Amino acid sequence: MSMPGEVSGVKTEPMLSVRELSVSFIQYARGLKQQLLEVINGLSIELYPGEVVAVVGSSGSGKSLLAHAVLGILPGNAIVSGDMQFGGEILTSKRQSTLRGTEIAFVPQSVNYLDPLMKVGAQVKAAVKQGSKREVQQKIFKRYHLDKNVENLYPFQLSGGMARRILVAGALVGNARLVIADEPTPGLHPAVVKETLHHLRELSDEGRAVMLITHDIKAALEYADRIAVFYAGTTLETANVADFSGDGSDLRHPYSKALWKALPQNDFVSLPGFQPASGELPQGCLFAPRCHMFKDLCKEKRPKERSLRGGKVRCHYAT
Amino acid sequence: MRLTGFLIFVSGKVLKAVILLAALSVLSFWLVSKSPIDPVQSYIGADAMVVGPEQRENIAAYWGLDRPPLERLYSWGAALLQGDFGTSMIFRRPVLTVIGERFMASLMLMGLAWIISGLLGFWLGITAAMKQGSWLDRLIKTYCFTLASTPTFWLGLLLLIVFAVWLGWFPIGLAVPAGGLAEEVTLAERLRHLILPALTLSILGVANVALHTRQKLIDVLNSEYVLLARARGATEREVLFRHGLRNIALPAVTLQFASLSELFGGSVLAEQVFSYPGLGQATVQAGLRGDVPLLLGIVIFSAMFVFSGNLIADIIYRLVDPRIRQGEASG
Amino acid sequence: MSKSGISYLAAGSKEVRLFKGMNLRTKTLISIGLTVVLLMLIIAGNFTLSADNISTNFEIKNQPPSAVNLFGTDWLGRDMFTRTVKGLNISLAVGMIASFVSAVIALVLGISAATLGKRVDGLVTWLIDLFLGVPHLVIIILIAFAMGGGIRGVIVGVAVTHWPSLARVIRAEVMQLRSADYIQVAQKLGKSRWWIATKHLLPHLAPQFFIGLILLFPHAILHEAGISFLGFGLSPETPAIGIILSESMRYLSTGMWWLAFFPGLALLVMVRSFDILGSNLLLLFDPHRARE
Repeated sequence: MSMPGEVSGVKTEPMLSVRELSVSFIQYARGLKQQLLEVINGLSIELYPGEVVAVVGSSGSGKSLLAHAVLGILPGNAIVSGDMQFGGEILTSKRQSTLRGTEIAFVPQSVNYLDPLMKVGAQVKAAVKQGSKREVQQKIFKRYHLDKNVENLYPFQLSGGMARRILVAGALVGNARLVIADEPTPGLHPAVVKETLHHLRELSDEGRAVMLITHDIKAALEYADRIAVFYAGTTLETANVADFSGDGSDLRHPYSKALWKALPQNDFVSLPGFQPASGELPQGCLFAPRCHMFKDLCKEKRPKERSLRGGKVRCHYAT
Repeated sequence: MRLTGFLIFVSGKVLKAVILLAALSVLSFWLVSKSPIDPVQSYIGADAMVVGPEQRENIAAYWGLDRPPLERLYSWGAALLQGDFGTSMIFRRPVLTVIGERFMASLMLMGLAWIISGLLGFWLGITAAMKQGSWLDRLIKTYCFTLASTPTFWLGLLLLIVFAVWLGWFPIGLAVPAGGLAEEVTLAERLRHLILPALTLSILGVANVALHTRQKLIDVLNSEYVLLARARGATEREVLFRHGLRNIALPAVTLQFASLSELFGGSVLAEQVFSYPGLGQATVQAGLRGDVPLLLGIVIFSAMFVFSGNLIADIIYRLVDPRIRQGEASG
Repeated sequence: MSKSGISYLAAGSKEVRLFKGMNLRTKTLISIGLTVVLLMLIIAGNFTLSADNISTNFEIKNQPPSAVNLFGTDWLGRDMFTRTVKGLNISLAVGMIASFVSAVIALVLGISAATLGKRVDGLVTWLIDLFLGVPHLVIIILIAFAMGGGIRGVIVGVAVTHWPSLARVIRAEVMQLRSADYIQVAQKLGKSRWWIATKHLLPHLAPQFFIGLILLFPHAILHEAGISFLGFGLSPETPAIGIILSESMRYLSTGMWWLAFFPGLALLVMVRSFDILGSNLLLLFDPHRARE
């Protein structure tokens, strides 16, 4: 059984470690009633060099905010608590601002993340912090087989595959040790999805830690080492990819098991009910309303994260 | 191919404008023909006592006022098409000549205000958006909203009180000799009369651009591409210069061009306060004294003025925005 | 669009800092309360201030502002405060009638454009282009002239020029409502047009219409004041603020600044109040739209 961090048998320090992260916002509804939206609560995750960790959860569950919190680019009204460390040192907002775009790189989800009025070559160049901007940009374009004339194109002129490569390319301008990819493959042609994920895998094989935020569990299983199952603003389970096999009995949390069973190649049975909205979280366990193992304790107390069989789980009764 | 697309676009716009102008002309003509104000009386003006009934009839016949409205509309329209807007009753000169002269004076006034308010408003809008939520932002917003509720002529009166009455830096109204025309007045003199009305219009014109620019820049700052720029380590300054200006300059310029209508309206009031001999003042005189040919001419001219602004705005967009420019080239 | 909803959350954020320590809802309600009280005071002033204050009294003519005559007196010894309050009421009345007519035009044309098919829609759009294509003041002067001056000319002129923006809002609102699921369902269920209109459309449109009407006031009143100032429409017998300011011009050179300063300031405050009232109601009713 391989423990996380035991890359080629050597125990290494985590590149990124997030503990008990919470993010909330104040929001106004009709009639200007104020409500506090807790979008992420008590989330913990660790990333080691050379691995791809997929954060998997359904759309709109606030996964992106995890990426923004690590980068320190949450909007000003966000209330953040918890502890984040990068390379063994606490990630202060000052450190975040120097690490962004250098040691921590970000791959966004769509071409909307490119300035519509700026040529893409210039946009990649703008991200270069060290060395000759022109040389770095040309080297990266070459690596991703982007034609020379592509740098003079505007984002709206890019094909889906080209846009993808440009977005990944932009993450490589510095000497990133951690790459965070936020839904890098929504609504893309399968070949392009494959290519993009392959690029990300390459980056981790070169020794970087890659956080792949996605709702596509199938793709995650194919390219990631570990999977963090994200639900209602927190991680219910962190498992090795190998645990997702057979009847799913190696998995720890009932939700992960349900996710696994819902896949087309398995039972293809989806779990009834909905993920609770961030304004209406249950008091106790977040998953309790949909859980078949539900007991009274689940209603009263939110379970803490604990280690179990080489993974992590947030459930009172998981074995 | 790109040129043809452009020409089709422009001619389409012009055609639409011509139809609107035609409708506007008929509508305006119908309106003035309904007016109970007797144009003959307006023509005679102060000489009313010495003009007998036969003379009145002669005058009416001279202006064609004795014919039925439809016939008058026809002959007026036919003359319009030949570029003949008729003769102004109060200035006793061709309408086009009057409009041309007056417009040149107004153009200086409006142009100055247009440039100053545009630059100042743009700058204020950027400052407010970059410091969104700060006291500075609130101050700029309050200033702009207050301006939007400020009567143009009242602001003009205030400037007049402060700079002309109290400080005595500028003459109080009617300073251009009656009937004084461009060539009789020195450049320095003209500037002196230009400053206060231009200042009035500039101060008021700021609000629109500033608020618009502020909102646009806030939208840009909340955009996904700025999020990416920040994620890649761009400072706020870099964000503004790399992405902000690029994305807000075009909307601001086009907004300025598209707001000529308000500028014209403002200049009517400002010219009245400062007795500035421009087109706005002529509009008021034409309306008050029943100078039908001049009034109709100004209605049509002002519509063309507004249309030109909108057309220029559209053209700039097509020429500058790569999404439209390149889209046209490739398709 | 961002799936995370970041941009939306960020938008709401700034209000929080703006009203430090105070809930936005409380702040909005206070703004609404204050402006309503102010406007009520202006109207009440019209009835409580005695007409004697504005009868000619040469003994106190040309007085600067004092405790007795807050806004000073004019060349006939009339109290400028009383004149201003009464002038505001005239402007208010004219502005209200004009805005109301304008809002009704907007309602009719907006709904027609959204429901009576492409042709009518095209016609309404064309009319909007027509009325936005000429400076408002020029159209109002033209109409005032056509109607031979007088208060009617001002009302018609202002009413005819101010509907386009509200018509657009109503058109968009109705279009959106028409495609809304529950209306589609109601149609499928065979509910009559009238039933749908009264049960579904009106409850949604009524607040839009009402707020749109309030937001028309400021523009209407400013244009009314402008056109009166220029000498069209209202006569010296109906001394609206525009007339008072226009008359004051003759006395400016003598240094009687209060003749122009206070009436104009009062007009500014009243116009701004309506603006604050309208935008706060909009904020309360529909915070998302208010942001635009």
